[in-house]
Amino acid sequence: MGPILMVMENGEAGFTDSSKELVAKARELADTLGTSSVAVGFGPDAESHLRHLPVDRGIAVSNPELSQYNPLAYEKALSKILEDNQPFLTLIPNTTMGMDLGAGVAARRSLPLVAYCSELTVEGRDVVATSQVFAGKLMAEIALPESGAVITVVPGAWSIDTGSGDPEVSVTSVEISQAMNILQTIEPEKGDVDITKADILISVGRGIESPDNLPMAEELAEAIGGVVSCSRPVVDAGWLPKARQVGKSGQTVKPKLYMAFGISGAPEHQQGMRDADLIIAVNTDENASIMDIAHYGTTVDMLELMPALTERLRGE
Amino acid sequence: MRIAVLMKSVPDLVEDIALDEDSGQVLFDEMTYVPSEWDDQALEEALLIKEESGAEVTAVTVDTGDSDNILFTALAKGADHAVKLVGDYDPSLTNRRRAQIFADYLRDQAFDLVLSGVQAIDDIDGQVPGLVAGIMGWPHASVVTEVHSKDKGVVLRQEYAGGLVAEIEASTPLVIGIQAARKPPRYASIAKVRQVAKTQQIEEVEAESPDVPTLAVRRFYKPVASGHAEMIDGDVEEVASRIIEILQERNLLRR
Amino acid sequence: MQKAKAIELDVAVVDGVELKGSWNRMFEPRAISEYDLSVLEEITAIPGAESLGYCYQCGKCTGVCPVDTVGDYSPRKIFRRTQLGISLIDSPDLWLCTTCRNCLRVCPKEVNMIDIMPAVREQAVLEGKAPEELLTAFENTARYGNPIGESPRKRVEWTKSAGVPIPIMSQKKAPVDVLWFVECYPSYHPRGKQASAALARIFDALHIDFGILGNEEKCAGDSQRMAGEHGLFEMLAEHNIKMLSKYSFNQIVVTDPHAYNAFLHEYPKYGGEWPVQHYTQYLSEHLGDIQFTREIPYRVTFHDPCYLGRHNGEYEAPRRLLNALPGMELVEMGHCRETSYCCGGGGGGMWLDSFTRDYASERLSERRVREAVEYEAEILAVTCPYEVPRFEDAVKSTGNAGKLAVMDIAELLAYSMGLVDSLAMAN
Ligand SMILES: Cc1cc2nc3c(=O)[nH]c(=O)nc-3n(C[C@H](O)[C@H](O)[C@H](O)COP(=O)(O)OP(=O)(O)OC[C@H]3O[C@@H](n4cnc5c(N)ncnc54)[C@H](O)[C@@H]3O)c2cc1C
Ligand code: SF4
Ligand code: SF4
Repeated sequence: MGPILMVMENGEAGFTDSSKELVAKARELADTLGTSSVAVGFGPDAESHLRHLPVDRGIAVSNPELSQYNPLAYEKALSKILEDNQPFLTLIPNTTMGMDLGAGVAARRSLPLVAYCSELTVEGRDVVATSQVFAGKLMAEIALPESGAVITVVPGAWSIDTGSGDPEVSVTSVEISQAMNILQTIEPEKGDVDITKADILISVGRGIESPDNLPMAEELAEAIGGVVSCSRPVVDAGWLPKARQVGKSGQTVKPKLYMAFGISGAPEHQQGMRDADLIIAVNTDENASIMDIAHYGTTVDMLELMPALTERLRGE
Repeated sequence: MRIAVLMKSVPDLVEDIALDEDSGQVLFDEMTYVPSEWDDQALEEALLIKEESGAEVTAVTVDTGDSDNILFTALAKGADHAVKLVGDYDPSLTNRRRAQIFADYLRDQAFDLVLSGVQAIDDIDGQVPGLVAGIMGWPHASVVTEVHSKDKGVVLRQEYAGGLVAEIEASTPLVIGIQAARKPPRYASIAKVRQVAKTQQIEEVEAESPDVPTLAVRRFYKPVASGHAEMIDGDVEEVASRIIEILQERNLLRR
Repeated sequence: MQKAKAIELDVAVVDGVELKGSWNRMFEPRAISEYDLSVLEEITAIPGAESLGYCYQCGKCTGVCPVDTVGDYSPRKIFRRTQLGISLIDSPDLWLCTTCRNCLRVCPKEVNMIDIMPAVREQAVLEGKAPEELLTAFENTARYGNPIGESPRKRVEWTKSAGVPIPIMSQKKAPVDVLWFVECYPSYHPRGKQASAALARIFDALHIDFGILGNEEKCAGDSQRMAGEHGLFEMLAEHNIKMLSKYSFNQIVVTDPHAYNAFLHEYPKYGGEWPVQHYTQYLSEHLGDIQFTREIPYRVTFHDPCYLGRHNGEYEAPRRLLNALPGMELVEMGHCRETSYCCGGGGGGMWLDSFTRDYASERLSERRVREAVEYEAEILAVTCPYEVPRFEDAVKSTGNAGKLAVMDIAELLAYSMGLVDSLAMAN
């Protein structure tokens, strides 16, 4: 059986969390199946980063231009690596890179593709992948064929292995075609928040009582890595701009986490957020209709809970 | 510039998904279908390119029994041609096979640009643009939010986590997976769509059913039953700790 | 500007009589100011929008237009702005009118916003200039048959919690006396569903032989028509007429004044002609059969829905029902009957909440709620499905929670008849 291969994505400092999440799982699978784990990295620093990963082997594609993702060059390099190494599974984070690269490489190599994968388990002789389909409303279980597959893994599926190793790293490079050039990278503009793109929303309603309490929500959002959104009365009062309003006459959002603080859950509000992956409602009224669609609820005072959460998150 | 926009419909999640819980199979015939929202974005971006610098836009679907409305709507919005790839296909058609059918058609057509939605919700491999490009051996870029025609190629914007954007210059031919168009998709008034349906033609092209690498889904199941919220009791400190725990369990906390 | 030119005849002979003296002097007409009227002409050339050109700036409409009381808007102003070259198609003004019909009541020149608005809006929709919120409601309606975007398969779901059998025509397979056209908000909105359940219980208690279309029903579409999507309206009308034509019944009863308007004036144009009544009209004819068992010891005021009152002249039926309720005291607000204020939901206003906020100091629903509170009402009785959600929301946003409850007349009747156990009073 071929190795379990994982593609590491470059972030601001070394590999991204979502690619580091692949490592422990790849090793576990490799151990159970009696094969090896191989990590692939790109760019001039890949070699040194790979040397510390707890994997069996590393492959660094060391062209200096490739510290940044380039669809064409990455795909060319990875196709070659797959051809040479014949891995059983190729794991890629289901990020922009994974969505782009995964499908392309799978098609080029005539391999099947499993996207949105959230779990991989070994059952007897089979490796079974679980994929979140229909926007997370259904899970699909797929027994992977021995001929292998490309798998893109949703960020957050597994925990990061904090251990380190000392794998042997081979260094290669790829000929970069001029058919695709990165001209520049643009940082997101600060200030204009797009709540529809945030993974985590700290959403406040009339229960916030006064604009003086808004910093509490901002601090919590900052600590958890989210953005503050709100129900309509908060916009009506002029405490937050219209672009932050969730609901029928505001934005429709589908974050991974929606925390509703002091929002009753009127139908017009629900219309904009009911598809969030996880909804936690904080409302002193346990019969508020937000509780009908929330996954978790609590009736403690939001004005006390927000700082308590912030404190814990900062303390981590 | 000749642009093809690959479109499809997906089960409507406003309805409950038709799942036979015993066999674990999705009953594709029993669901209602809507145009995939990302394909709508792709069509919009194509029409914006057309308005900006001139292009001929062709909307293409594989006929799984429900394409006409998508195609007439595309024509009403401003697409120049509509093509329906016909064969013995039904709504359970897998994306991989669909991608192969698209690729087989596109190969003989001299399109410069192929646009499609970055993903579709209805299969384990919704990334049609990457699949089509990989099959044809064309370059591609996905999660794109803006495309302009420039000289002989295009300049596009690819978006990463956290809103970071790369501006990429690419030559054609090229396949692009659209995440969002520059502007919200335009509205085609019903009167216009009905008029188009009476006056314009959809071109039908026979498409054979290809062999592709497939995966068998062993079973589909629903994740967790939701109903009323599970209440977290205790004082503020206890509740805060429990919430942090829940977030940790779900890997929602930044490390 | 040119100078006035006098016309004076040396000899003026009228009917053979020579007029003497200088009093035959007249002035030639002259232009005091000249406008480039091309923009106005573009608008009045749109079929339906002709009457905008009749305006002679008397200003009567400004005094009665509800939107002007919270903003800067009225037919007079629209005419003037268009005359000055601001195209109505590009102006936010186009989306502020709620088609409440109050201006038409007073306009000496019959400048008819009820025709102008849908016509010009249709043009704007075609040109891609309609607000996003509104387009979402259109898309939802086209796709799901309701503007809320709820599943069409769940349109009958409310019947399960009604507590009485509600016959669905496709299953009943027998003629009925009354075909109840339920409409969208009464089928899907939580408060609308409560009112529907109340009305169902009343029908049941009165042994009315009725049925509903269930999932075969789609939005009647009248507000979408007023908001500029005539094609969508047509499609909905054709669908509903086709469904209704499958069954036999003696008359239609509607919950929604907007549907009432459609069935009365528009559906006949598409071959759908049936006797139709609003439920307040129908029930007021059956008052003799109703037995009231509970008092409603509150001060109640009534908001006339624009599309029942001003549009279709029915002011008495709801009042007959309210006056029959034992124990309650009906107070009229200053704006009532013909001069009733508007809740802001008509003509597409229901789907323009965010858009209109930028052009209004407060929502029309909020102003109306303040008026009800001024009259010390404890219950604001309504009879249009847009109004319960709108006014309940406004009660909260004006800080009157606990002071004023908003109830559909059907809910009040059902309570007083002992058919529901509690008045869902907000306080
Ligand atoms: C046409 C129309 C369009 C609309 N569009 C939208 C829209 O797009 N978005 C939107 O949000 N609304 C919209 N609304 C308004 C909607 O109907 C509700 O009025 C609104 O959502 C209520 O906001 P809320 O939940 O913040 O306030 P409330 O309903 O007043 O709820 C406040 C909640 O906070 C709780 N609370 C108070 N203090 C605390 C505390 N210290 N700790 C914990 N909980 C506390 C209370 O128990 C209560 O449940 C629309 C209404 C209409 C009619
Ligand atoms: S119909 Fe009503 S809202 Fe519209 S202009 Fe006339 S008075 Fe104003
Ligand atoms: S009442 Fe009629 S004529 Fe007078 S200003 Fe208004 S629209 Fe013009």
